[in-house]
Amino acid sequence: MTLFTKSAQELQELLKTKEISIADLTEEAYKRVAALDGEVGAFLALNEEKATAQAKEMDAVPFEERGPLFGLPIGVKDNIVTEGLETTCASKILEGFNPIYDATVVNKLREAGMVTIGKLNMDEFAMGSSNENSGIKPVRNPWGLDRVPGGSSGGSAAAVAAGEVPFSLGSDTGGSIRQPASFCGVVGMKPTYGRVSRYGLVAFASSLDQIGPITRNVRDNALLLEAISGVDANDSTSANVEVPSFVEALTGDVKGLRIAVPKEYLGEGVGEAARQSVLDALKVLEAQGATWEEVSLPHSKYALAAYYILSSSEASSNLSRFDGIRFGFRAENVTNLEELYKETRAQGFGDEVKRRIMLGTYSLSAGTYDAYYKKAQQARTLIKEDFDKVFEEFDVILGPTTPTPAFKIGENVEDPMTMYANDILTIPINLAGVPAISIPCGFEDGLPLGLQIIGKYFDEATIYRVADAFEKATEFHKETPQIWEVK
Amino acid sequence: MANITKEEVKHVANLARLAITEAEAEKFAQQLGAITKFAEQLNELDTTNVEPTTHVLPLVNVLREDVAVKGLDREVMMLNVKEHVDGLVKVPPIITE
Repeated sequence: MTLFTKSAQELQELLKTKEISIADLTEEAYKRVAALDGEVGAFLALNEEKATAQAKEMDAVPFEERGPLFGLPIGVKDNIVTEGLETTCASKILEGFNPIYDATVVNKLREAGMVTIGKLNMDEFAMGSSNENSGIKPVRNPWGLDRVPGGSSGGSAAAVAAGEVPFSLGSDTGGSIRQPASFCGVVGMKPTYGRVSRYGLVAFASSLDQIGPITRNVRDNALLLEAISGVDANDSTSANVEVPSFVEALTGDVKGLRIAVPKEYLGEGVGEAARQSVLDALKVLEAQGATWEEVSLPHSKYALAAYYILSSSEASSNLSRFDGIRFGFRAENVTNLEELYKETRAQGFGDEVKRRIMLGTYSLSAGTYDAYYKKAQQARTLIKEDFDKVFEEFDVILGPTTPTPAFKIGENVEDPMTMYANDILTIPINLAGVPAISIPCGFEDGLPLGLQIIGKYFDEATIYRVADAFEKATEFHKETPQIWEVK
Repeated sequence: MANITKEEVKHVANLARLAITEAEAEKFAQQLGAITKFAEQLNELDTTNVEPTTHVLPLVNVLREDVAVKGLDREVMMLNVKEHVDGLVKVPPIITE
């Protein structure tokens, strides 16, 4: 049995009594990575030498001077830059890229005393829902190695689900934290847009991207979000809003809580098991004094189309910086600069990235701009207003995170549209900018299902309170995949 | 709005500085056609007088104090540059015959 079954609080108790050391925790992470990651494929780069040295130094810090995350191992998604540790966004075009500064969240992890174990696999440039678009290698779902882990933070979710690390950071543009968290049976939070600095997060769609924590339980998740949140002079879109103690919000009390359940989230296209797991979750919360009502988010069905236009448009602009000149891969045997750009990008980017760059370029072109880009931005306004209206009367919105559990590797690769439909329940949240979490709420054929709890702007505290109350009343989060046991 | 032709894909690829083969242009034309056709459902929406949302937070201008801060060292900046000479980035000829 690994130490990583334990919560941050339990690990700190063991550190306090010196039953274990920080060096032990770091070693445990690398041991499990060595044993499991050949099959799981969650890690792209390891930070073993530095982390091991860091752990030893940290063991000398007196316990009274440590915070609640001090000495605990974490994996970081590979689109978050780490000084001196290769960062590729799982793309060939960034092969060998060695960042020259740390992302703000990485600085914050260091301040909290966390030990970075390595960089986590993902869909190339965070574009995808299955990790099959990784330009390096696919990730497999620890709950079934023939299944996808979800995406794009598939490595981040799989590493935690397999117990390789107890904590990870992911990023979420249209569901990229919540969908893999759901598929891998772990807890994943997409904070309010602006809650966490994006400085050092390689941009995909700047108006939608947010970094967030993935953990095995709600309390650890709240602790980690607390550590990485806050306004940052280096990110002008980070919000100057107070960061409350999310852990203090975990009162276990949901009496009088008003829950909205959008009929669009339980209707057509949503699997029976996912639907039933949400209805069961509502009963659990009702038994604790919460009430729920069905509501409508009438523009939900337009979210997917609006999202693909807007995110691809922003990506086409953001990804123009990858030109073979200043970093990463550079095509050879070219005769002039334009050819260098074109060949570098053609050879460096995978098909999904190219598809989205072209869709974005097309949407922003003269003649199509109004019909696509502007129309999608207007649809975004309507989608946001749907949420505003519901939140006038309710505290949280509940629904499934995904319509089905993890699908088989290879099942959806041929058809981009079917793949995109996977994110139908997570995308509207990014368009509105509100926070949402996915927590384990059931199983279908041995594969985890996720409950999505959506909150008001900057009200992650209420989301955590509800998630924690549900977790305390259920056992789903205690389940581990078969792969968990390492001999 | 309707189907996307192979020629349009090649045009867009050129704008996006992506080299593209005939076979790829064909494949992408089909796939992008399907995606844009799907996106046309947005036309069902009456968006008269609906303001477009570019950004969800009510942020206007975010200014910092006008104080000079030291940037990164040039040597460090050049760490990932494939080719550089005397502190300058080197690229292939911009104009060729």
